[in-house]
Amino acid sequence: MKIVVFIKRVPDTGIPVQANPEGTDIVRDNLSYVLNPYDEFAIEEALRIKERGVDAEIVAVSLGDDGVKETLRNALALGADRAVHLKTEHRPFVPAVATARALADFVKEEGFDLILMGKEAVDDNQGLVGPYLAQFLQVPIVSYVVKLELGDGTLKAERETDDGAVEVEAPLPAIVTTEKGLNEPRLPTLRGIMMAKRKPIEEKPVSLEEVALSLVKLEMPPAKEAGVVIQEDFPANVEKLLQVLREKKVL
Amino acid sequence: MSIRTDYYHLWDLLSEEERLIQQMVHEFVDQQVLPIIGDYFMKGEFPTELIQPMAELGFFGATLPPEYGGQGISYTAYGLIMQELERGDSGVRSFVSVQSSLAMNSIFRFGSEEQKKKYLPKMARGELIGCFGLTEPDAGSDPGAMKTRAIPDGDSWILKGTKLWITNGDLADLAIVWARDHEGKVRGFIVEKGTPGFSANPVKGKLSLRASDTAELVLEEARVPKENMLPGAYKLAHALTPLTQARYSIAWGAVGAAMACYEEALDYAKERIAFGKPIAAFQLTQQRLVDMLTGLTNAQLLAYHLGRLADAGKMRHTHVSFAKRYNVRTALEIAREARNILGANGITIEYQSMRHAANLESVDTYEGTYQIHTLIVGKDITGLEAYA
Repeated sequence: MKIVVFIKRVPDTGIPVQANPEGTDIVRDNLSYVLNPYDEFAIEEALRIKERGVDAEIVAVSLGDDGVKETLRNALALGADRAVHLKTEHRPFVPAVATARALADFVKEEGFDLILMGKEAVDDNQGLVGPYLAQFLQVPIVSYVVKLELGDGTLKAERETDDGAVEVEAPLPAIVTTEKGLNEPRLPTLRGIMMAKRKPIEEKPVSLEEVALSLVKLEMPPAKEAGVVIQEDFPANVEKLLQVLREKKVL
Repeated sequence: MSIRTDYYHLWDLLSEEERLIQQMVHEFVDQQVLPIIGDYFMKGEFPTELIQPMAELGFFGATLPPEYGGQGISYTAYGLIMQELERGDSGVRSFVSVQSSLAMNSIFRFGSEEQKKKYLPKMARGELIGCFGLTEPDAGSDPGAMKTRAIPDGDSWILKGTKLWITNGDLADLAIVWARDHEGKVRGFIVEKGTPGFSANPVKGKLSLRASDTAELVLEEARVPKENMLPGAYKLAHALTPLTQARYSIAWGAVGAAMACYEEALDYAKERIAFGKPIAAFQLTQQRLVDMLTGLTNAQLLAYHLGRLADAGKMRHTHVSFAKRYNVRTALEIAREARNILGANGITIEYQSMRHAANLESVDTYEGTYQIHTLIVGKDITGLEAYA
């Protein structure tokens, strides 16, 4: 079977981001990048499926500028069999629908039995590429998956929802988006990293479709004002609280 | 690498694989070392639970070729591993340095093909742990004064003497022991655990490198089979060769300890309020933080360029002495300064800086003291020896 894992390179969330003065992009000089944490679960799950004895080919795919090559190399180091770079110019914001269209075009040509991808990327938090992709490919999607089993041409998955766990079955081919809890992602070994160096990364130029959605302006949220600490004892504190709320025109 | 501890963007100079390696070890330390290391330090034990994970990731003998269980990585990449491990603790880095640079490297350089095949792959897999016995109670900076003797006797060698301050000594399955033979030649022997007459006693009461196993090795007429002598080594200079690589790993490791302390002090100074503002807003604190970052960045640049010299085959042992000397002393000063910025909190195990400062006291002394490295470089630039 062929497992396609879509991965995204995102700024390290440990470093605070700033909008540039023009509001056209974030300041990228001092950023370091990581593999989107939710995509780590997707790669790990693909590796585990293969390790359970399924005869699978794992293809890691990422869309973006040349920077994503390092992310793809990381996927190869972890154990992906092939890596494909869908190459675009640097764009500060790509609407999910355009990304999904490009990914759909790729997998239609490549073929697949299972697509694994993180439930969302931690940079723009859209969480929309998976659902759009399912629509374009006309295949089922199971999102927020915390447990996955493959059967003969089917999958059984547990989804995490606000109302609790839901068990779902779907025929393959299908898309699964991965949620924290699905597995514990491994680290690449030195051996894996050295072997990844010898595996080629296939490059396919992609021109993104122009869609109605575009980035207007990036702005930093206004700085939070310092809070008010009420130090009086009861019942004076109630009086004080009401007074503050009136001053702030909440009441 | 966090951009905060990479002020001069050295990250950009690393190759893709070097970056992946550094990132991997960084995550390993965050996930598996930092949560447990304080407890082990307090208990005075090496965290043996890390041996298998480190072996699986490929840390042991990583620069050796794959046929001996190595990964053939560059020296710079090996240095980055050491840096990241010592960001966790000097004891963890020491364990890997000794296993790789001293024990495995001695067998790789001076061992027979059979010895290499017999020991190296198992050592790479962490199934056999090695130590390196050169230093003696009365022969530290002056290893030529060693008293340990090796006398041939039929199919064996009889070893007599005591080795001290041996990292991994109690845990080790095999020791590389250096001794002077009946002809006055310095020779290396692979002494396996369980050899009659061979024993190890842990050093008690350490206030430094507490999460590291340090032992005395006692050889009371220990009988070692002839085939356990390293055939390629027959003089003191051979015994000292693996030390160059170990000191190389220390020069990098010290950078990691300095990073940990600088980051801790920076975070603390921005949050700790005194006189109504963060202490980082005071000129005195800023000067100290900038001095720390300057030392750290200098040490990083030295380690990085030392790595590139090693990869180009241009590194001399005097280059290594230069970097070991500066980097460890600088890291020690940064650790002390960080402890000081942390105030009273800094003396507890909840914070890292005092643990690093305590560790670095040993690191400043072992593998060639600060003073000995001064004399090595001094001799190199003047042509005049000043040891005695």
